[in-house]
Amino acid sequence: MATETMHINMGPQHPSTHGVLRVELDVDGETVVRARPVIGYLHTGIEKTMESKLYYKAIPCTDRMDYLNPMGNNLGYSLAIEKLMGIEVPDRVKWVRVILAELTRLNSHIVWLGTHALDLGAMSMLLYTFRERESILDVYEACSGQRMMSSYIRIGGLAHDIPRDFDKVVKRILDEFPDKLQDYEALLTDNEIFINRTKGVAVISAEEAINLSLTGPMLRGCGVNYDVRKAEPYSGYENFDFDIPLGKNGDAYDRYLIRLAEMRQSLRIVRQAIDGMPEGPYRARVPGVVLPPKEDVLHKMESMIFHFKIITEGFKAPQGAVYQAIESPKGELGFYISSDGSNKPNRVRVRPPAFINLGSLPSLVEGRLFSDVVCAIGSIDIILGEVDR
Amino acid sequence: MNVVLRAIGNVFWSMPKGLAVTFKHLFKKPVTLDYPHQKKPMSPRYRGLHYLERYDDGSERCVCCGLCAAACPADCIYMEPEENEKGERRARIYEINMLRCIFCGYCEEACPEEAIFLGREYEFSDYDRDSFIYTKVQMLVTSPRKDNPFKWIIRKVRRVYGVPEPSL
Ligand code: SF4
Ligand code: SF4
Repeated sequence: MATETMHINMGPQHPSTHGVLRVELDVDGETVVRARPVIGYLHTGIEKTMESKLYYKAIPCTDRMDYLNPMGNNLGYSLAIEKLMGIEVPDRVKWVRVILAELTRLNSHIVWLGTHALDLGAMSMLLYTFRERESILDVYEACSGQRMMSSYIRIGGLAHDIPRDFDKVVKRILDEFPDKLQDYEALLTDNEIFINRTKGVAVISAEEAINLSLTGPMLRGCGVNYDVRKAEPYSGYENFDFDIPLGKNGDAYDRYLIRLAEMRQSLRIVRQAIDGMPEGPYRARVPGVVLPPKEDVLHKMESMIFHFKIITEGFKAPQGAVYQAIESPKGELGFYISSDGSNKPNRVRVRPPAFINLGSLPSLVEGRLFSDVVCAIGSIDIILGEVDR
Repeated sequence: MNVVLRAIGNVFWSMPKGLAVTFKHLFKKPVTLDYPHQKKPMSPRYRGLHYLERYDDGSERCVCCGLCAAACPADCIYMEPEENEKGERRARIYEINMLRCIFCGYCEEACPEEAIFLGREYEFSDYDRDSFIYTKVQMLVTSPRKDNPFKWIIRKVRRVYGVPEPSL
C-alpha cells in the first residue's frame, strides 16, 4: 500500500501550544517525520522599542516579555544597566530582589505545572496551581501595585520600599507551599497516566542539549549541572545555600521532577533571605542616575534638580557593552546592551531562554508519536511573549 | 507479573493517594469570589485609573510642568498650560489616553507636585475609543480630601515620605 506523509499545521490557535505557536508537522501515520516551529505571531518589537526609550523607561517593556516572570526580567535588565553604570546596590535591595525572583520562579513553575498537566488531561491541577499563584500575585500587588506587570525592580534599587507586613505574607507562603507541593506530587508523581505520557517522552541527550545551547530545567533534566545562580552568582546569590536538582534521563518526567525540586529550593532560598533581611535604603544613592527618594525631591533643591534631570533626560551611560545573565525559571535570560554614550541604548538584545529552548522541539519529537508533541511543547515551558518579543 | 504488580500498586496506592487530595478539597471553603458582587480588596499601592488631586483650599495641584508626560513610557499624556485669575500656572488641557496607558505608575512617581495618582478604579469599559481619552475634568477629584482625613493621611504618609503602609 502506498503511503504518503501528511502535512499538519498545529496552531497557532491550538490550546496546547501555550499561546500562538504554530508547529508544522509532517506525519507518517502516527509518527512525526518532521517538525518545524513557526514563530512570530506575537512579535511586538520589544527590543527595538527599548532602544528608542531612555534607560529607565525600558523597564515596563521587560515585564511584557515573559509575563510569568516579570520580576526576573526587571531584575535582569536592571542588573545589566547597573553593570554598565557601575552601580552597587545596597544589601537590602539585593535580598528583596532575591526573594521576589524566587517567588517569581514559583509563580512560573506552578503555572507551568498546571498547564502542562492540563495538556496531559489532569484538569484539576490547573485549578489548584492557580489558587496558589494568587498568593504570589498578592505579594506582587502589595509591593508594586500591579499583579502581573510589576515594574518593581528599578535601576539602582526598587520602586518603593517593601510593604510593612511583607515578611509576614511571604512567611505565610513559605508555610503553606510545602503542603501544596505535596498535594501536587500526590496527584501526579505516581499517577500512571501521567507517567505513561511523560516517561521516556521528549527525550534529549546531554550532548545534544549542550549543542542546542539549552538552559534551565531542559538542560538540567539531562544531568548537566549548569545554573547561572551558581555559575556566575548575581544579586547576592552566593550568600544563600541551595542545591541544583539534576535529572538523569532528559525526558519530560525528569523535567517535571526537577521543576518540583526547584520550587522546594526556591522556598529554601526565600526563607534564608527573609530571615536575614538587612536594614537599609531601598535605592542606591547615585546622584544623576538613580531617582532620589520622593521626600527629598519635595524638600531639597538638589534632589529636585536631579529628579527633573533624570526624568526628562535620563542619564548618559558610558560607551561599551555589557552582558548580564540571570537564571530565569526557563533558563538563562541574558541582556546584552551596547551603549554609544548617549542616554538611550544603542542596541538591546535579549537572550530569551524560551526561544532557544524551543529550538529543541524538532529533536524532541521527530521520529516519535504524534500525540507526544503536546507533551514535548509543554515540557519545554515556552512563553510566546518571550519567544517572539 | 510486573504488569499485575503495577496494577495493584495503582489501585491500592497511587490512585487512592490522588483521590485523597481531591476528596480533601471537598470540605474546603471555595477560594473563588462571586465577582461582580464580591470584589477582591485592592492593595493600597494598586495602580488603577488616574485621578488629579487638589489642595485643601480646592485649587488644583497640577501646575502643568510636563514631568509626568516626560516620564510616561507610553507617551499618552497631553497637556497645555494656562494661567488662572491669580496668575498661577495650571493646565488648560490635561488628557490621558487610557487606551495607550500601561498603568506603570511612572507619572505618579515623577510628579513633583503630588498632583497625579493612580487610584483603585479598574472597571472603566466603554463603547467607543474616544471616550477613553480622559480629560482634566474627568480626573480631578471633586473636592479636596478633607472630607476623608484618614485616606488622605495614609496616602500622604505612603506616597510622600516613602513609608511603606500597605497590608494585604
Ligand atoms: S500632574 Fe504633576 S507632573 Fe504632571 S504636569 Fe501636573 S504637576 Fe506636572
Ligand atoms: S501610568 Fe504610565 S503609561 Fe499611564 S499615564 Fe502614567 S506614566 Fe503614562
